[in-house]
Amino acid sequence: MKLLPVLRVSAFLACLIPLARLLWLGFHDGLGANPIEFITRSTGTWTLTFLLATLAITPLRRLSGWPWPIRLRRMLGLFAFFYACLHFTTYIWLDQFFDLSGIYRDILKRPFITIGFSSFLLLIPLAATSTQAMMRRLGGRNWQRLHRLVYLVAIGGVVHYWWLVKKDVTQPAIYAAVLALLLGYRLWFHFFSSSPLFFRKR
Amino acid sequence: MLIKRPSDILPSEITERKIYLGRRQFLQSMPGAVAAALAPGLFATPTFAAEKLPISRKSPFSTTEQATPHKEVTTYNNFYEFGTDKSDPAQAAKTLITRPWTVSIEGEVKRPKVYGVEELLRLAPLEERIYRLRCVEGWSMVIPWLGFSLSEIIHRAEPTGSAKYVEFVSLHDPRQMPGQRSGVLGWPYVEGLRLDEAMHPLTLLAFGLYGEVLPQQNGAPLRLVVPWKYGFKSAKSIVKIRLVEKPPVSAWIRAAPGEYGFFSNVNPAVDHPRWSQARERRIGEFLKRPTLPFNGYGDQVARLYAGMDLKKFF
Repeated sequence: MKLLPVLRVSAFLACLIPLARLLWLGFHDGLGANPIEFITRSTGTWTLTFLLATLAITPLRRLSGWPWPIRLRRMLGLFAFFYACLHFTTYIWLDQFFDLSGIYRDILKRPFITIGFSSFLLLIPLAATSTQAMMRRLGGRNWQRLHRLVYLVAIGGVVHYWWLVKKDVTQPAIYAAVLALLLGYRLWFHFFSSSPLFFRKR
Repeated sequence: MLIKRPSDILPSEITERKIYLGRRQFLQSMPGAVAAALAPGLFATPTFAAEKLPISRKSPFSTTEQATPHKEVTTYNNFYEFGTDKSDPAQAAKTLITRPWTVSIEGEVKRPKVYGVEELLRLAPLEERIYRLRCVEGWSMVIPWLGFSLSEIIHRAEPTGSAKYVEFVSLHDPRQMPGQRSGVLGWPYVEGLRLDEAMHPLTLLAFGLYGEVLPQQNGAPLRLVVPWKYGFKSAKSIVKIRLVEKPPVSAWIRAAPGEYGFFSNVNPAVDHPRWSQARERRIGEFLKRPTLPFNGYGDQVARLYAGMDLKKFF
């Protein structure tokens, strides 16, 4: 069946929509009065969205029993990294304009930047070991252990957003709630995995 | 003394806008006029076209910096009564009814009074004042306001000896202000100044911008503009001006006492607890520029704070 390649190609293209939208708005004077803030916010929230989408794969697979979601997980994770790179580049380039001492001070002094930067750093090894070859080299168990860092990254990302808003935490609270659900499901599954209620582990 | 006056930027800007707006007014007034003729009672508030305000004089307090375009000034607003996104107010504030409107000046005064906004507009000649506006979030604009010094109204009310502070209360009406249905801030919005700050000639009671009555999203029908303080100190859509003995507790102090102080003077040396205030992005510019103490109005206002530790009284 040729469904999988079609699925993967369409998912890939769909994942590029946020970037395409930013470019389109950028060329059509659509980024508002503070374009740099707009780009920063947009790439940031899409990073979180892709992180959450990546974390939704396992619960989706277990609850539905479908095998195909797992085939999209690496792509979603890499897109999270891609948007995180855009977000970080926007900060370094457009926002700070390579003012290294300013960036250094920000990272040390501003808790929301400290945690955002740390989460970004933690994503790098995950992206770097995302290939089949790296998976084989590390061995499944080690690879899985390393990739559990994504939980920390997602928590850090949400906290980064939460700490940065001035007062209205509605948006970060939505991401936090979804993340809590996804992580809560894992805890529940971990402790009650013998339950035959849902599709069984392996 | 040499007073440098670079070639005027402003008149040309305003002339162009007149032509530009003339077209819109013409188009917009046609259905309006027809509707008004059919149902005069419904159209007592002419909010469909921006009304011009007479400029009696230009102000020596004006900056010669390039003014931020009208579009940005009226579409990028922090006005939590209409939502917390900066693009919200331009849409949501259309529900705000600004005429009739009354403002009461009360408290520790010998002559309290309730003004209608029309009466208030005739209280003193309207000046154009082009001020820098620095938001606590780290962006800034240059805005040609129209108004007169707040002192005009305060001195007419004759503050008593115990008047030490001035409290500004904004409209509280969740039907007109949808953002007030959320508890993001305690309502109504309250701000405050020390009496000497309020009486300072720079402190402006603004009724318009770019030669027209204030758009609703900018704090219509009247707002405060305190250019040496972060933008949130400049209360919008004011209904009450109270002279009081004790420092008023502002909406932002109530919401986050550790992050917002009573004075909130623009100060690059005192960071917001969560972000730096050393630099700002002027809307329309790419690179950030350094933030100036008192937003560049130090010559006029620094003496108000002589001897005060501005890190402590942030």
